[in-house]
Amino acid sequence: MSKFKIFTKGFFAENAVFVMLLGLCPTLGTTTSAINGLGMGLATTFVLVMSNAVVSLVKKQIPDQVRIPAFIVIIASFVTIVELLMQAYVPDLYDVLGIFIPLIVVNCIILGRAEAFASKNNVFDSILDGLGMGLGFAMALTILGSVREILGSGSIFNITIYKGDGALVFVLAPGAFIVLGYLIALINRLTKRA
Amino acid sequence: MEYILIIISAIFVNNVILSRFLGLCPFFGVSKQVGTAAGMGGAVVFVMTIATIVTYLLQKYILVSFHIEYMQTITFILVIAALVQLVEIILKKVSPSLYQALGIYLPLITTNCAVLGIAILAVGTDGFGLIKSTLFATASAIGFALALVIFAGLREHLDLANVPEGMKGVPIAFITAGLLALAFMGFSGIA
Repeated sequence: MSKFKIFTKGFFAENAVFVMLLGLCPTLGTTTSAINGLGMGLATTFVLVMSNAVVSLVKKQIPDQVRIPAFIVIIASFVTIVELLMQAYVPDLYDVLGIFIPLIVVNCIILGRAEAFASKNNVFDSILDGLGMGLGFAMALTILGSVREILGSGSIFNITIYKGDGALVFVLAPGAFIVLGYLIALINRLTKRA
Repeated sequence: MEYILIIISAIFVNNVILSRFLGLCPFFGVSKQVGTAAGMGGAVVFVMTIATIVTYLLQKYILVSFHIEYMQTITFILVIAALVQLVEIILKKVSPSLYQALGIYLPLITTNCAVLGIAILAVGTDGFGLIKSTLFATASAIGFALALVIFAGLREHLDLANVPEGMKGVPIAFITAGLLALAFMGFSGIA
């Protein structure tokens, strides 16, 4: 697989949210607006890149039987770093994302990439894979957040598009499920997988 | 009265899946049949209650008393992973019939973010002692099981329905979940 393909597969062919349906809890829980979705996506990307790099570095030292707990400790360490950094530098976003920041640790994308890619490939490829997958995830969250923000509050990245109240349901829980359902149907149609 | 309010709010008003968005992977993964959904629900009730009791004690007597609260994420996930293994081993020895019923669902629970999520929420809520935290965890898990079983029932019927070509499978499942969440929003009037 070429370096370019390793990087780009996370955006379309193996997009974590739209195609693989991984990491659904933060996807639905944090995308009440475009900026929240982007923030969550970038936090996850950081953890994914760092954990992929470290897992790939120490893959020969970890005995096979205990690799999953070892991966979880590595991931949890980076999640704690992100948590403390966000609390210090972007406290507003930290408050909005709330419980979903510590929950990055159980995001199946990260453990999935550590197990499926980083534990078998070299460091450079693993970082590329983490970056591609992470940015693909951030892209999906930003799209979902944008759609919900436009429909729900008539703005995008806090810039007003139309005046009025918008359909509040799209910002609330049911809207998250419905918008994602239609987005997946649209992507199935575009890629003619359906 | 306070206890009843905690239970009602955790099961219906702030339903762990449909309102808090926790535990969505099993919600979509094991909701194809009512039987398996009920099995998964039972296993989650069991593990979530024990996990919250253990993490509560850990937080109160170790993390807080040594001022290492920032270790919460790492400690909790490791404890939950170990706990799931332990529950599996004990259950196999003590109650083989229950193990038979829940067995295959137990390993899946480690990666169920609802367990970690509820544990963090329970220790983070002001005024929750051990009893209230336990009650909150059990009620949340019952809410999880309830939503899972209802959704599985809907999906069983959905297989027979005439769904437009592009919406088949995952998209229609999401929209069904959205309508179910809309229905659960009606409960918010209670609180």
